[in-house]
Amino acid sequence: MKQFQGRVITPGTVTAEAVVTTQGFNTLASLQMALQFGDKEVKCGDQNNAELHGKPLIGRALCLPQTIGSTTGGLVLYCACAMHKNPACMLFSGHIDSLAAAGAVLADVWVDGVSMPVIDSLGEEFLAYVKDGMTITVKDGGIVEVA
Amino acid sequence: MLLTKEQQAILDGEQGETLAKVMKTMVMYGEAFEAEKLVPITSTYNHLVTSFGLKVMSPVYDLMQQLLDAGVASGQKFSVDPRPLDKNVPANFLQNFVFNKFMYTKQDFYEEQLEKLGLMNEDAFSCTCYMDEVGNKPKKGDVLSWAESSAVVYANSVLGARCNRNSGIIDIMGSIVGYVPYFGLLTDEGRKATWVVRVKTTKKPEAQLLGSAIGMKVMEDVPYVYGLSDWLGEELDDDACSYLKDFGAATASNGAVGLYHIDRLTPEAVEQGESLIAEGAREYIIDDEELARVQREYPVIWKNPDATPKLCFVGCPHLSLAQLKSWTERIEKALAESGHKKVLIPTVLTAAPKVLAAFGETDYAARLKATGVITSYICPLMYMNNPLCKKMPVITSSNKLRTYTSARYYTDDEILQAITKGGKEA
Repeated sequence: MKQFQGRVITPGTVTAEAVVTTQGFNTLASLQMALQFGDKEVKCGDQNNAELHGKPLIGRALCLPQTIGSTTGGLVLYCACAMHKNPACMLFSGHIDSLAAAGAVLADVWVDGVSMPVIDSLGEEFLAYVKDGMTITVKDGGIVEVA
Repeated sequence: MLLTKEQQAILDGEQGETLAKVMKTMVMYGEAFEAEKLVPITSTYNHLVTSFGLKVMSPVYDLMQQLLDAGVASGQKFSVDPRPLDKNVPANFLQNFVFNKFMYTKQDFYEEQLEKLGLMNEDAFSCTCYMDEVGNKPKKGDVLSWAESSAVVYANSVLGARCNRNSGIIDIMGSIVGYVPYFGLLTDEGRKATWVVRVKTTKKPEAQLLGSAIGMKVMEDVPYVYGLSDWLGEELDDDACSYLKDFGAATASNGAVGLYHIDRLTPEAVEQGESLIAEGAREYIIDDEELARVQREYPVIWKNPDATPKLCFVGCPHLSLAQLKSWTERIEKALAESGHKKVLIPTVLTAAPKVLAAFGETDYAARLKATGVITSYICPLMYMNNPLCKKMPVITSSNKLRTYTSARYYTDDEILQAITKGGKEA
């Protein structure tokens, strides 16, 4: 088990299975089809992301460097949360980007009954260490345990 | 974050719970970037990225309704990205069924919401809101709350306005509360170039290809570009602005560029020159071979890579009036050379409704129509953003459309060849 310290963007605690991408997470490309066509597992639809394509995202601890793509990204993430089809948490190795930050904040402020902790600045070592299927525990204060 | 008394009062709910939540959103958004303050939005108009009534986006329309019900609509009127549907654009029965009965069932409802929220006018649907005909052109130094990536990079770079690459919804929330957090591209420091790009091509580089190469290299950083004004001149005339529109859209979609400086051409580069380049900036040299490599490496995701194109889109972002005229002349000339009377692939040129109206007042409109080309105000990206279009061989000279859909990219010359002279290979 290894512990990492990050910065809290939106608070919360959760334990979930890791799903990892070392390239940018394209929010629109990843989530739109699943949300549009009612995929219960919310499988990643981004054909340009071989690490994630086809993998379920709902309820997973999404580990990533940053999000990329359309500036609708934030509102797509907000919609995923409002529809209860969001990852359990989002864990960024580097500084969060403006699109992900928008989505996280919008969900935190405007969606009742959904908690999606978002932590950034966990460091490059975090993304090098964490692998698909590992158990992630997000604790208060930006502490992330990987086992 | 340090708030003024007025901002703190809004956050404390003195103007109602909903406006307090809007303010809280902007404060939390700013805190994610260590913003120390909120600054007033100074542009006359806002611009929204969300123009589509997608059924799946119901939470967005619910949120908009909350804003309307609470009476917290923005004091700023706004333009918005293009509509997703247009009957002029070819679509088969199944596509029309999916578009109208499944995907965009909220379109009319959402457009009613937009009108109540402060839409400039019924024609204010375009990603190129800054065109003179559309009328949402910020002044140099204006602080914006925009989100459309191609418009943000144009406003920052060509017009000298100041705007971060915001997400949809943040755009309207900033406008409602009247403030945006001060970080990134709003600051002098954030507008410094951390990349120096040297263009050393033997001919004028294709705007959308050059932008793609730079975007993929620098990602969200700011590039300072040498060598391009040798091809564009040192004046921001119609041709230069059209070129930079397309170039910027490619930097923003193939990377995440929100601002670029063109040596001796864009306003801040003209004023400040090399002092805009940050210490330790990295260098990227672009020659003919580098552009050829970039284009060669684009993945072809058509099911049959040799399929005959069934549709061609030109105009993502929307074309300028000068570009519509130029395409008309080029298509006419190429058809005359090939001996064909009309284009061989259904071809759609897209532009803002008011640009199309201005075009319609010129003799070019009838000439273009005679070539068989269709004009539309549609968003090609929204048209193609569904599983049916993934199976459809569509060609485009838009690198943004290539990036987000299965459309295949060709240069303008290659597109011209394909639509006027035919063949599977452009």
